[in-house]
Amino acid sequence: MTNVATNIFVEVLPRFEGYVYPNEAIPHPLWGFLIVLYPYITGLVAGAFIMASLVRVFKVKVLEPVYRLSLLTALAFLLCAPLPLLFHLGHPERCYEIMMTPHLTSPMAIFGFIYAWYLMAVLLLELWFDYRQDLVEWSKITAGFKGILYRAFTVGVTDESSQALALDTKMGWILSVVGIPSAFLLHGYVGFIFGSIKANPWWGNAITPIIFILSAIVSGIALCVFNYMVLTWIRHHTVEMRCLDTMAMFLFYALVVYAAVEGLDWIHRVYAAEEGFQVMQIMIREKLFYTLNLGQATIGTLLPLLLLGSLQLFRKRVPDLVRRRMIFGSAAMILIGVLAMRWNVVIGGQLFSKSLRGVMGYKLEFAGVEGWFMGIILLALPFIILTVLVKLFLSERLPTSGHLPHGDAAA
Amino acid sequence: MKTQFSRRGALARIGGAVAGLLTMSAARKAKAAVQKVFVSSGAPKGYDPTKHKWLMCIDVNKCIGCGLCAEACKKENNVPEGPFFRTWIERYVITKPKPGLGETRGETFVDSPNGGIPIGGRQAFSELPVPKDQIEHSFFVPKLCNLCHHSPCTQVCPVGAAFDAPDGAVLIDPKYCIGCGFCIQACPYGCRFLNPITKTAEKCTLCYHRITRGLKPACVEVCPTQARIFGDLKNLAPDDPIQKFYEQNLVQVLKPHLGTEPRVLYAGLDKEVR
Repeated sequence: MTNVATNIFVEVLPRFEGYVYPNEAIPHPLWGFLIVLYPYITGLVAGAFIMASLVRVFKVKVLEPVYRLSLLTALAFLLCAPLPLLFHLGHPERCYEIMMTPHLTSPMAIFGFIYAWYLMAVLLLELWFDYRQDLVEWSKITAGFKGILYRAFTVGVTDESSQALALDTKMGWILSVVGIPSAFLLHGYVGFIFGSIKANPWWGNAITPIIFILSAIVSGIALCVFNYMVLTWIRHHTVEMRCLDTMAMFLFYALVVYAAVEGLDWIHRVYAAEEGFQVMQIMIREKLFYTLNLGQATIGTLLPLLLLGSLQLFRKRVPDLVRRRMIFGSAAMILIGVLAMRWNVVIGGQLFSKSLRGVMGYKLEFAGVEGWFMGIILLALPFIILTVLVKLFLSERLPTSGHLPHGDAAA
Repeated sequence: MKTQFSRRGALARIGGAVAGLLTMSAARKAKAAVQKVFVSSGAPKGYDPTKHKWLMCIDVNKCIGCGLCAEACKKENNVPEGPFFRTWIERYVITKPKPGLGETRGETFVDSPNGGIPIGGRQAFSELPVPKDQIEHSFFVPKLCNLCHHSPCTQVCPVGAAFDAPDGAVLIDPKYCIGCGFCIQACPYGCRFLNPITKTAEKCTLCYHRITRGLKPACVEVCPTQARIFGDLKNLAPDDPIQKFYEQNLVQVLKPHLGTEPRVLYAGLDKEVR
């Protein structure tokens, strides 16, 4: 914390220990805090979408109260996902070249296409089909700017026949089924960007995309829990405990799988002790001590495992209020822990020299594009967008149609 | 009002848009490929990259660590001041083992102050990290782009701004690079950097503007001991030094386990060099 404080007022020069290649002796890592946020935000998108698919594809009916919120969460975060990437480019004005002349052997080049596919072909379409009937109704009863917006969102398709509504449901289901592998692809590829770099023993690992996908699911569900509880608190509603318990259950099992695979990765690294293991020990003991041992392992994994695990065993004996607090606390801790995990991956991979003979330091600064002030803005932005989306599409004043996302008739 | 929505019509429109995008993309790609070799590489008109195969060899035993090569490179290629190097010299100092420990060597010290370039008229390596009598081995290793046959840096470039020229040089089109830094992360040898002025990735080009005009790279030109040997495998002279070099020496490459197959060959490399 003192380091952060000093950097606001005085520039703290980086320190190098051992030997680092001359080109590596730069003041800040090439990929800074913005690139930490990029996989974090993308992961939240993928996870929130998987959460929504539980309702639509896997027909987990108790999760209906969070279905639309999850989709809107995914949309709000997806809209912000490319921003950190864009800002960190040396030439952001050339970013369109990724789409125009993509180099197909580059995992980064595929991003533009997967992103466009996921936003346009999956998420926006699924939301549109799900909301179409409501949009038609709302455009009739809402006046002013909002009414114009709803009318615009219908894109002129005002057919409310039972045939059209059945098609909506069917299309929503198809899109959701397509959306699950797409969400995996979206975040798996982010993992591959790091996992494919064989030059860096911290990153180059076949299991990295899997770990990214699993951590994405965990963080996405945690975000949905967080958003759902905050929204009900703001609106003075009561939390539906069956829904919350079910989310907590999925969160727990996702966390178990994630922790197991991450643990396996670590066991393998320690046991195989390949080239660069010595420098990695310095990372764990010194450079990433707090973010790895405290942030990722303790706060992000062990404590939520303990809290959520105990709820699976003694759910009936724990009063509602305590349960709500335990689940909320776990979700918040997971959100912090996964951010720490992204930090450990992205920054950790740049804190040692590729000569494997030295380590670098990193002080997160306050100002600048890669500073933590910018990071906070970029983290707050999706929540601001989500607020607007919730006001528009989860309004309490507007009636919703009776149709259910999983296609069954309303009870 | 009931809207007429034709599925066929919509599909045709989407198909048309995709086809248009793909055509545009292909056309731009072709244009970019032509531009890359003939405009951005600094090669003169008439230079045919398919008729050359450049190779760099380094004799570690001959390097005296004067740093003239790294200095010449900075001047010739307008490399910015600071921690930015297209080529540099590393010094390895390996101490004698402590008696009774049953080891062949002691500690290894590596450094490269200012990339080996003389600082204020003084040799960069003027001070020793350990007293002279404790040293078992001491040597210098010049480093530069390893001209990988399977170059990880060009593989990961999202826009194809980094590319392998047919003559073996690994080049970057600075007018095309978006400055994402992926290639810098992917290079196992630390040979790339982000130019703080142009905000694009930069690296050794073998002095492409010189070699395509029949000259030697600046570092080779100034090396007083001929530790750096440069040649064209497709146009070997009868007693070409490069042919002599790889016939007379057992050669090694850096980080061979990564499978990058570098085309910078070293003679006399120690196991400590990475």
